Amino acid sequence: MPEPSRKVHVQCELNGKLVVFDAYPMERLLDVLREQAGLTGTKEGCGEGECGACAIEMDGLLVNSCLLPVLQTEGARIRTIEGLADAAQLNAVQQAFLAHGGAQCGICTPGMILAVVNLLARNPQPSEDEIREGLAGNLCRCTGYTKIFVSVVEAWRSMRRSA
Amino acid sequence: MRSFVPNYHLETPRDLTEALTRMAKEPGTWRPFAGGTDLMVLLEAGKLQQRKFLSVSRLVELQGISVSPERVSLGAMTTYSEVRRNEVLAREFPLLCRAAEETGSIATQNRGTLGGNIANASPAADSPPALLVYGTELELVSATGTRRVPFHGFWLGYKKLALREDELIAGIHLPRSRQDWKHFYRKVGTRRAQAISKVCFAGAALIDAGRIADVRIALGSVAPIVLRATETEALLRGENLSAELIRAAQTTLAREIAPIDDMRSTARYRLRVAQNLLGEFCESLAA
Repeated sequence: MPEPSRKVHVQCELNGKLVVFDAYPMERLLDVLREQAGLTGTKEGCGEGECGACAIEMDGLLVNSCLLPVLQTEGARIRTIEGLADAAQLNAVQQAFLAHGGAQCGICTPGMILAVVNLLARNPQPSEDEIREGLAGNLCRCTGYTKIFVSVVEAWRSMRRSA
Repeated sequence: MRSFVPNYHLETPRDLTEALTRMAKEPGTWRPFAGGTDLMVLLEAGKLQQRKFLSVSRLVELQGISVSPERVSLGAMTTYSEVRRNEVLAREFPLLCRAAEETGSIATQNRGTLGGNIANASPAADSPPALLVYGTELELVSATGTRRVPFHGFWLGYKKLALREDELIAGIHLPRSRQDWKHFYRKVGTRRAQAISKVCFAGAALIDAGRIADVRIALGSVAPIVLRATETEALLRGENLSAELIRAAQTTLAREIAPIDDMRSTARYRLRVAQNLLGEFCESLAA
C-alpha cells in the first residue's frame, strides 16, 4: 500500500466569506461543501460530471463540484446556491423558478439555478437555443424542461424590469 | 466503488520547473493533473490507478493563446471555453471551436483542457480529430529540454502516448494557412449535449476550380486511436468531385477504420455513419 496523503489547509472565499477547509487534497469540493461547510444545497446526482446537480460557480465560471479536487480551489471564489439570496429576498432566478413551476423534486434545482444565473451573467437576454445550450449540462427528470425554460425567460424579463 | 481519497496525493508545484524536476526525480510516480474532468470520473469509479498527481492547471507557463504570423500556439491548459472565445481560432480553425462546443457541457468546457484531452488519449475525444486535420504540433517539455513533435503519430495505440514519463505536454501549435480551406465537423452521439461520440468526423479541403487540391480527414470513435484517414485523403487528392469518386472514397475509408461494438454503438452502425459523413463532407465541398 502506498503511504496515505495528509490533510491540507485550503483557503478560499465561499459565498463572500473567507473559509479554510482541512481536507485531503483529492477530496471532492462537493463533499467538502456538504460535510465541512454544512452547505447541503449542492446535490450529488451522477458523481461523474454528466448531470450538473452539483454545479457551482468558481471564479465566475460554472463548474461541477463532483469533478473538482478541493486542493484546486485554493484562493478561488466559490459561490453555491446558498450564496444567491440576500437575507430579505430570493434571487430573481429563484423567484422565477418558484412562480413558474421550474422546480419539482428539487434535486437538480440548485445546479440548474446556478447554471441559469451564470448564463444570464454572460448573456442577459438569451434566445431559446442559448438557454438550451446553457442548461444542456443540467439534467432534470421531473419537469420536462418546458417550465424551466419559461422560468429562465421570466427571470431575465424581471431582471430587465428592475434594472 | 468509490476510491478512498486519502490514498491519493495531489500537490501544487510552484512553477513548471518544480513540476518537471519532481517528474524527473521519480519518473512515473508523479503525473500531471489538469482540469480533472476525466481523472475525477475514474477516481469516483474506483478505477484511478495512478496515486500521485501534480496539479498543473494553473501553471501560467502552460496557459494562454498566442498568435504569430506562422502559427497559433495554445498552452496545454487552455480550456474548451477559452478556445470557443478566441476570435482567431474561430476564423482560421473553426473545427477546433466546433469540437470545443461539442465537448460535454459548459461546466465541462470551463475545466477540461486541450492538453488533458490529448494526454487522456480517448479514441472518442472530440478535439483530436480537429487537431489532426490542422497538422498540429505538440511541444513536450521535461527537466532536460523541449521537443516539438507532430500530433499525428503521437498516439501509438489505445491510451498509449509517445511521451516519456518525465515529460508533459506544454503547448499545442496550429500552423496557419493563407489559403481558403473548407471545413466540416460532425459529431454523432445519442444526444446533442454531453454525449460521448459514436462517430466523430473532421475534414478540411482546398478546392481549386472544382478539383480537390488538398484534403485532410480525421475520425474519432472508429479505431483504438483517433486517426487520420490518409489513404482516403490520397484517393481524393487531385481529383474532381463526382459520385463515383465519393463511392470509391467510402470504400477506402471502410478499409482504413476499425470500428468496434461497445456500450455506445455497434461496428456496423459506426462504419455506415463514418461513410455517410465522408459523403456529406464531399458533397459540402461542391457547394
